[in-house]
Amino acid sequence: MPEVSNDKPERKPKRPKLPRTAIPEQPAKVRATNFEEVSLGYDEQMALTEASRCLQCKRPKCVLGCPVGIDIPAFIKLIEEGDPAAAIAKLKETTSFPAVCGRVCPQEEQCEKLCILGRKQEPVAIGRLERYAADWEAANGPSGKPEIAASKGKHVGVVGSGPAGVTCAGELAKMGYDVTIYEALHKPGGVLVYGIPEFRLPKDIVQRECDYVESLGVEIKLDHVIGRTMTVDQMAENGHDAIFLANGAGLPAFMNIPGENLNGVYSANEFLTRSNLMKAYRFPEYDTPIKVGKKVAVIGGGNVAMDAARTALRLGAEVHLIYRRSREEMPARNEEIHHAEEEGIIFDLLTNPTQILGDQEGWVEEIEVVDMELGEPDASGRRRPVPREGSERRIPVDVVIVSVGTKANPLLTKSTSGLELTGRGNIVADEHTLLTSKEGVFAGGDIVTGAATVILAMGAGKLAARSIDRYLQGQPLLTPEEEEAIQAASDKAAETAAAK
Amino acid sequence: MYKILDKVDYSDDVYMQVIEAPAVAAAAQPGQFIVLRIHEEGERIPLTIADFDRDKGTITIVVQAIGKSTRHLQKLGKGDSLANFIGPLGIPSEIENYGTVVCAGGGVGVAPVYPIARALKEAGNKVISIVAARNEKLLLWQDKMGEISDELIVTTDDGSCGRHCLVTEPLQELCETGGIDLIYAIGPGIMMKFCCKTTEPFGVKTIVSLNSIMVDGTGMCGACRVSVGGETKFVCVDGPEFDGHQVDFDLLMSRQRQYLSQEKESLDLYVECGGDQRCLK
Repeated sequence: MPEVSNDKPERKPKRPKLPRTAIPEQPAKVRATNFEEVSLGYDEQMALTEASRCLQCKRPKCVLGCPVGIDIPAFIKLIEEGDPAAAIAKLKETTSFPAVCGRVCPQEEQCEKLCILGRKQEPVAIGRLERYAADWEAANGPSGKPEIAASKGKHVGVVGSGPAGVTCAGELAKMGYDVTIYEALHKPGGVLVYGIPEFRLPKDIVQRECDYVESLGVEIKLDHVIGRTMTVDQMAENGHDAIFLANGAGLPAFMNIPGENLNGVYSANEFLTRSNLMKAYRFPEYDTPIKVGKKVAVIGGGNVAMDAARTALRLGAEVHLIYRRSREEMPARNEEIHHAEEEGIIFDLLTNPTQILGDQEGWVEEIEVVDMELGEPDASGRRRPVPREGSERRIPVDVVIVSVGTKANPLLTKSTSGLELTGRGNIVADEHTLLTSKEGVFAGGDIVTGAATVILAMGAGKLAARSIDRYLQGQPLLTPEEEEAIQAASDKAAETAAAK
Repeated sequence: MYKILDKVDYSDDVYMQVIEAPAVAAAAQPGQFIVLRIHEEGERIPLTIADFDRDKGTITIVVQAIGKSTRHLQKLGKGDSLANFIGPLGIPSEIENYGTVVCAGGGVGVAPVYPIARALKEAGNKVISIVAARNEKLLLWQDKMGEISDELIVTTDDGSCGRHCLVTEPLQELCETGGIDLIYAIGPGIMMKFCCKTTEPFGVKTIVSLNSIMVDGTGMCGACRVSVGGETKFVCVDGPEFDGHQVDFDLLMSRQRQYLSQEKESLDLYVECGGDQRCLK
C-alpha cells in the first residue's frame, strides 16, 4: 500500500508535508511461521513524526467517525508534545480498550476515512497512534486511574465480558455503580480472546484491559453461563437494579451442503477457539488438540475467514481461501486481505463450494467447487454471484473451515421471559436507548446487531451505560433535546421520502 | 477454583468425584452436563451430571479414564481443586408421568441415567432399570439404581454378574411383553445405537444422551454437531438428549474418533513424563 501521495501540495501548507509514517512489521515469510504479533508498532520518533501530521482541525471530522467519540486531535497533540501519559489518560476518558482498538478497529472506514488530510494524501494514522499511547502505558506502568464517582448504591449486572460488556461495565463503574460481569467462558474478553488470533491481538493485552476494568471496581465472574447457571430473571431477583445483555453473536452458521459433518470440517469459531482460547497451537503443551491439515480450504471472505486462514497457515498448512464473489466485495479489512496475500494464502475467488467429499473413515478428502460470475446487484448492493454451469471441479483438501457468519445463540434468550426477539433470534433493543422489551434490561453488541465490529460493540456499551445511568436515576432515557433531534431527523427523512 | 470434596475409585479406570460448585448445583437438573478444566493448560471436558446436591452445593461426576485429561483428573482427590467448573449445560430431561419407563445404562452411562431415573420415579413412573457392563468390575451403582427402581435388571457381557447377555436382550423382552411407555438408553455410542435398533420396531420412544466432542459447550463452536432426523443439531444447546430413532449414530461415533492420534500422543507423553505437566513444555 503506498504511504506517499504524489498529489500537489495544498496551497497554504501550515506544516511541512510528511508522508504517513509506515509501521514496522514482521517480514511476511517470518511471521507466516509464528504466532507473534504481525505489526510491531511505532517507536517514539515514529509516533512524534506521525502526530505532527495532524492538522488539529477546529472542527475535527475524525471524531464524528469514531463510534465512541474519542477526542482524537487532543490525544494526538499530547503525543506530539511528548506526553504519552497524558495522551493515554485522554484516550481512557472515552475508551476502555485503547490497546485493542488501536489494533483491530477498521479505522480506514471510520476516523481515518474522514481525516481532512486524506483528501489530498494519506490520512493521519490515528489507530497506530492510539496503539502507541496504549503500548507506552503497558511498558511504563499505569498512568493513574480515572476519577470514580461516589457510590450510587445501585448494582448493575452485565452479561458477557466482550467489548460491549466490558465497555459498559467500565463506564458504569466510573459513574459510581457496583457492576458485576458474568462471563460464560473461563477467560474474560469474549471475541477478543476466543476469536481474534494472538498475531493480531496478543492475549496479554486483552487481559491487561480486563484487569484495568477490574481496577475500577468491576467484578468479573467467570464460568457463569447466563441462561443456564442463572437466568436473567434470577439476576433481577438477586439484586441487580439494571441488566445489560451483551452475550455476543453465538452459533456458527454452516452452508447446508453435503459433507459438512465430515471429520476435518470446522466452523471458523471452533478452529479459532481451539487455537486462541485453548491455545491448541501449542499442543501438546496445552491439552486441546487441533487438526492441522496439509491443505486447508477456508470458506468466506470476512475478517474471521482471514483470521482462520492465517492461523491454519501458521500451523503449517497450504491454505486456499474460497470466496464466491471477487476481491472487491470481500467484507474483510483491506489490511487483513493484504496481510493474508503477503503471507501466502491462495485466493480462489469467484468460487463456491457445492459439496465436501470424504474417505471411508469419514475424513475430508476433497471439496467440490463451482466457478461463479457476477450478475446483477442484490439487496446488499453487491453484484450477485451466479454459478457457471458445468464448471464443477474438485480440490483435494484435508481440512475445511467454514466461515460464513453466525446466528443468534438461543441459550440466554430462550430462558428469559418477556424479551422480544427478531425473526432471526436477535434481541430487539431501541436504537437510541438500547432498552429491550423487558423492564430494566438493556442489550447491545452482536446479540442485537448480528456479527459486527469490536468498536461498534464498544459504542453500544457506552450507550447502554448512559441509558442505564438515566434509568437508575429515574430520568427519562432520552433528554428532551435528544428526543427533538431524533424527531427532527425522522421528519426530515419522511419529507425526503415524500418529495421523491 | 472448585474443590474436590470426595473421590471414590470404582475400578482401575472408573472413578467418582464430588465437586464443590454451589452455583452449578443450585441450577442443576437431571439430564444436564458440566464442562470442567483441570488447570491452566487443560482442555474443556464435558461430563454428564451423575448427581447433584443443592443443599451441599455439590455436583457428582463419574468418569472413565481414557485419555490424558481423564487420567490426570483420576490422580486428583479430596483437597485438590479444579481450575474451572461450568454448568449446568444442555436442556434438562423432560420429566413427567409417562407410565412405565425403562432406564438402561451401559458402563459409566449408568451414572447419568441415575438422576433421570430418580426424577422419573419421583414423578410417579414405574421405573424398570437395566444396569449393564462388560464385566462385574465395570458394573456401576447397582445399589443406587436398585433403590429408585421398581425393578432392576443387571447384565454383563461375560456373565460375571447378573444375566450373561448384552443390554439389548432384556430390552427386547420388555418391548415384546409390552406396556413400556418410554425408554432411556445412555452409554457408549455403540450401546445406544443397538438399543435404538432393538426398540425401533416396537415404536417405543427411546431417548439417548449424546456425548460428542465439545469445546465451549454453549453453542459457540459447533464441534458437537450431530445429525438427527437428517438435520444438523448441536448437542450442547439442542441436546444432549435426542430421540434415538432419529440419531445418526455412525456419524456420532466417527466424529468421536477425530482426535484419536492426538489423544494418544498426549497420553503417551504424559505417561513418559510420569504425569508431570511441566515436562511437556
